[in-house]
Amino acid sequence: MTSELDIFVGNTTLIDEDVYRLWLDGYSVGDAVALRVRSGILEQTGATAAVLQSDTMDHYRTFHMLERLLHAPPKLLHQLIYQIPPSRQALLIERYYAFDEAFVREVLGKKLSKGTKKDLDDISTKTGITLKSCRRQFDNFKRVFKVVEEMRGSLVDNVQQHFLLSDRLARDYAAIVFFANNRFETGKKKLQYLSFGDFAFCAELMIQNWTLGAVDSQVDDMDMDLDKEFLQDLKELKVLVADKDLLDLHKSLVCTALRGKLGVFSEMEANFKNLSRGLVNVATKLTHNKDVRDLFVDLVEKFVEPCRSDHWPLSDVRLFLNQYSASVHSLDGFRHQALWDRYMGTLRGCLLRLYHD
Amino acid sequence: MPGKLKVKIVAGRHLPVMDRASDLTDAFVEVKFGNTTFKTDVYPKSLNPQWNSEWFKFEVDDEDLQDEPLQITVLDHDTYSANDAIGKVYIDIDPLLYSEAATVISGWFPIYDTIHGIRGEINVVVKVDLFNDLNRFRQSSCGVKFFCTTSIPKCYRAVIIHGFVEELVVNEDPEYQWIDRIRTPRASNEARQRLISLMSGELQRKIGLKVLEMRGNAVVGYLQCFDLEGESGLVVRAIGTACTLDKLSSPAAFLPACNSPSKEMKEIPFNEDPNPNTHSSGPSTPLKNQTYSFSPSKSYSRQSSSSDTDLSLTPKTGMGSGSAGKEGGPFKALLRQQTQSALEQREFPFFTLTAFPPGFLVHVGGVVSARSVKLLDRIHNPDEPETRDAWWAEIRQEIKSHAKALGCHAVVGYSESTSICEEVCILSASGTAAVLNPRFLQDGTVEGCLEQRLEENLPAGCGFCHIPYDELNMPFPAHLTYCYNCRKQKVPDVLFTTIDLPTDATVIGKGCLIQARLCRLKKKAQAEANATAISNLLPFMEYEVHTQLMNKLKLKGMNALFGLRIQITVGENMLMGLASATGVYLAALPTPGGIQIAGKTPNDGSYEQHISHMQKKINDTIAKNKELYEINPPISEEIIGSPIPEPRQRSRLLRSQSESSDEVTELDLSHGKKDAFVLEIDDTDAMEDVHSLLTDVPPPSGFYSCNTEIMPGINNWTSEIQMFTSVRVIRLSSLNLTNHALNKNFNDLCENLLKSLYFKLRSMIPCCLCHVNFTVSLPEDELIQVTVTAVAITFDKNQALQTTKAHVEKSLQRASTDNEELLQFPLELCSDSLPSHPFPPAKATSVDYSSFADRCSSWIELIKLKAQTIRRGSIKTTVTVEKTSPMGEGNFRNRSAAPCANSTVGVVKMTPLSFIPGAKITKYLGIINMFFIRETTSLREEGGVSGFLHAFIAEVFAMVRAHVAALGGNAVVSYIMKQCVFMENPNKNQAQCLINVSGDAVVFARESELEVVSTQQPAANCQPACTGGEVTT
Repeated sequence: MTSELDIFVGNTTLIDEDVYRLWLDGYSVGDAVALRVRSGILEQTGATAAVLQSDTMDHYRTFHMLERLLHAPPKLLHQLIYQIPPSRQALLIERYYAFDEAFVREVLGKKLSKGTKKDLDDISTKTGITLKSCRRQFDNFKRVFKVVEEMRGSLVDNVQQHFLLSDRLARDYAAIVFFANNRFETGKKKLQYLSFGDFAFCAELMIQNWTLGAVDSQVDDMDMDLDKEFLQDLKELKVLVADKDLLDLHKSLVCTALRGKLGVFSEMEANFKNLSRGLVNVATKLTHNKDVRDLFVDLVEKFVEPCRSDHWPLSDVRLFLNQYSASVHSLDGFRHQALWDRYMGTLRGCLLRLYHD
Repeated sequence: MPGKLKVKIVAGRHLPVMDRASDLTDAFVEVKFGNTTFKTDVYPKSLNPQWNSEWFKFEVDDEDLQDEPLQITVLDHDTYSANDAIGKVYIDIDPLLYSEAATVISGWFPIYDTIHGIRGEINVVVKVDLFNDLNRFRQSSCGVKFFCTTSIPKCYRAVIIHGFVEELVVNEDPEYQWIDRIRTPRASNEARQRLISLMSGELQRKIGLKVLEMRGNAVVGYLQCFDLEGESGLVVRAIGTACTLDKLSSPAAFLPACNSPSKEMKEIPFNEDPNPNTHSSGPSTPLKNQTYSFSPSKSYSRQSSSSDTDLSLTPKTGMGSGSAGKEGGPFKALLRQQTQSALEQREFPFFTLTAFPPGFLVHVGGVVSARSVKLLDRIHNPDEPETRDAWWAEIRQEIKSHAKALGCHAVVGYSESTSICEEVCILSASGTAAVLNPRFLQDGTVEGCLEQRLEENLPAGCGFCHIPYDELNMPFPAHLTYCYNCRKQKVPDVLFTTIDLPTDATVIGKGCLIQARLCRLKKKAQAEANATAISNLLPFMEYEVHTQLMNKLKLKGMNALFGLRIQITVGENMLMGLASATGVYLAALPTPGGIQIAGKTPNDGSYEQHISHMQKKINDTIAKNKELYEINPPISEEIIGSPIPEPRQRSRLLRSQSESSDEVTELDLSHGKKDAFVLEIDDTDAMEDVHSLLTDVPPPSGFYSCNTEIMPGINNWTSEIQMFTSVRVIRLSSLNLTNHALNKNFNDLCENLLKSLYFKLRSMIPCCLCHVNFTVSLPEDELIQVTVTAVAITFDKNQALQTTKAHVEKSLQRASTDNEELLQFPLELCSDSLPSHPFPPAKATSVDYSSFADRCSSWIELIKLKAQTIRRGSIKTTVTVEKTSPMGEGNFRNRSAAPCANSTVGVVKMTPLSFIPGAKITKYLGIINMFFIRETTSLREEGGVSGFLHAFIAEVFAMVRAHVAALGGNAVVSYIMKQCVFMENPNKNQAQCLINVSGDAVVFARESELEVVSTQQPAANCQPACTGGEVTT
């Protein structure tokens, strides 16, 4: 006796959250059944393995059929074929677009192209995430990217509107898209200590302040590309380190203000010029695409690592950066205050987030 | 020119890409009705076209309106080649033809293609302007309402129940026409869909005409079926019960969910006012107005010649389990005569209804069934389907005579079915022989006195069990005892019926689904030889199915079966029998005896040991089942004061009472005899039978199942329901198939299927699978297909509270009878003032609520006083508190669900039941009767057979929901999947499936919503009064 056909169709589509997770994680039906058996479900329910097999198959089939709709979530809401309560729809979408931290760190900042897709095999081996799941996550990134790529308006809003994601997840996707578009390098060894959350935080600050959208909300791609004019203008900051008087004045202003307040005062005093040079040089180099990509590498190399080797506590870093940014306003010879604030405001936020072990 | 049909095509969405180059579609729409076609403009390059067309107007006869479906075709415009069809929508406009149903059809319909499935949606608006036509000789029957529901629909009362209507139409199956060889599968499928749609329209119209002729205005329990006879044609046939229905003016007047125990309804005194229009503004109970009566003069019988010359190969088997009995007084006999004479005027006194108002059924005789094996021949003249008519007439005659043999003049819960394999066809009919209440013969005016007297004669809750037949002249051997309830009349030891459990029946414990499954191998043969072989096998199958049912019933410790449905399916090389029913323990019937096992060779020691081991196992199972289904009179009932002692005690009691009478011995005899149900194990077959009895695993805890509308013993349903269809096909390994192996395979298939259902629905525990409907078919030599449709309903665990509540309500109502001061005020208020019976919806807000509430509360107080004086027993009226809190939750749930309901798709519930738990049906919008064909030539790509059928069934559900939503409804009740014919050819990567579904589209409102709208004030006033009642002792 062999089962040729075995289906269950409910007027309300049954969604089993546990099976959905196994499906999303890319397990085959056989593996999923084995995992479910291990979870002790047979004992709990008194079911047989055959029942579990049939149930799993059925759910997998349902998910497979739903996948097409999940690629365009608004379709899931308007379709008539599967009657799913709104809360369940939201769950389906949210879980489908959720991604693994380990995976996203591997592809963050990479071009979402066929070439990268070929590397998924390696990523799968490296992270232990099934290839199927890697593909789903990669395709999700790519799909979101394609849809919002040339759209007007806020990146987060666009993602949210077209994919019906929660605010949190939409923000993450905005970061992923932003990183992919600007191809920021995140894979270098010295950046390994950083989490996706760190990058997403930075991305959000940069989108808010450094993109076209920060100044003009009526342009295409406004949240995707950095404001070219702004990057060009950043060259003007060079004077802060090139002009020796200005640099000395800046240093003395910062030192006076921080004397006695900083645990690592002497180290700061000794390193001030190096640090300042590093931060300003990062700004002035941003006209080159290559240097934009290396932004995070540079920040870590030029600022995070030196401070860390001197064992600056985070509170001292915060005090220093605040004072460092603020003191520029007292530099009479410096005329690009607004530009400085736009640059340093964001950079300060990023650096504080990046500064940890 | 009796009608103008107006159609507007608004927009499309999610259309498929038809032009690969642009990834877009240039869509336009053809609207066709009869022979007239209109077209919209082409909406270029869009997957979401906005046609916003003018109103296309069709001026048509109402005959066409009834027969023809509106056909909407969406196409992709192509400048150079033929336009490509995207898909079609067929809209049955019948619901627009009667005044009370829908007035407009408007909404998104899935665009369906028989090869690709659903491809996007289209927004359509349809209206009909009907002109009055006073033509006497008209061929149309517009205005006759159709209901699939097999009881009187909730917002209606039956003025007259006229009786049986039937009709069939035949045609050639397009799939077997010569043209099919040259046309595409799509064209062939569409021709078939269209033909069946036309035929069912025609059938419905013809039935409607018959109803009009009988002076009725509705068909209830309408069941339409297709027989795909292959080469010999296509038969569409339908049966139903003609009625004259009156719409109840106050929608709030219905019982909460029809399942509330209506035992107490008997206590409601008869209303002196026969005019049903009096309750137009206030709440009222439907019961007093549901005066059912037959029109004695009107009887319609279809002319059908009984001079049939075709070969009738089977001796049709009649089956009955039932009863006999001495009749009461001469008064009763008189009434019986009246009933009989009126019913005898009908050719077939059959009723497709399965649920009746209290008191409708007087006695139930037992199941009657008839089968007949026929050889199909080509239908030569479609306009004269005489052969098929004669076949059915013959079977019905058979049923009628079986009923007569059981001393019954009517058959209720009547249904017909066929099973076809190649050119052999088994026709089956079954029903329950019954004696109906004579009061339904009279006009409403005399009803009062009759009813009153009858109430005295008929003891509550057991009358229908009393045998209708003469004890000395029983049609079959049966053990009779005196009724365990009233102790006056005789009852049989077991009762089998095809109807739902009467609402006034006293049941102990819960019920359960009982199935008998059977396979018999048959030699492959041709034509007549084949038919002979089948008809020889049939009686044995019937017998075995019956034995299995009986054994399983006893094993469950129960004594009655309801909703019995025996399906015999014929295949190339086997016959399958599947009987499903709901077993219950009727308090009126004797306690079933155990099952005794007897061996043939008593000398063999080990053998005897084995036998005794088995006996022990059986005894244990019976004991376990009794515990599981709570087959012990619940203690709570005794506390409440309802005097239902344990069956044992009662029998003893009875004996002591009648000690002086000479009936004692007889009673004792029967009491002793009923234990003697002996299974003789004389060969391995018998051994296997016993084994298979024990293999049925009870459902996991928290689960119950039944195939009737509701589960006896559970009445606190929540609103969480899940209707589903599950299909399984297994392939038998063809090597040395024996009857035994076959039986085991089939049994496993059904058991595993049930187990899977329990597992899948485990999140709904505690829950009951209701209306579990199994269908078996044998699509090919080695394939067995089982299709199950059912609904899972979650219920509230706190059963005890409910029972308490029911009793309090009952006592309150009983108290109200004595309350003379309030007789002028509708007594139904009683039920309405209790929180479980909501007030009418917003419509009734014109009623002065404050005074209403005042009256209400003062009335409650009066009742309270009465209760104090009348009732000595303890009445626990924690009801109010208990009852309101779940409702509060209900509201909360609704409200919390609202914000996330931003989806544009409204929820449409589907259920095979005639009601929706926790809700009131406020309007019936018309019948849904849809037929779909789906075919694929890329089976593997669509996920194999499972993927293909899964998607198709989901699509069918979607199309049903879309049609209901477009009619303005939010649910389908009495939903049934009548056919699911699946054929596959994996080698060719092909599969085809035909599905036929039907149901009643309705609008329902949650009781909690109704409550919120209209009862806040009175409820506030009522509550203190009710809580006051708590003190009553």
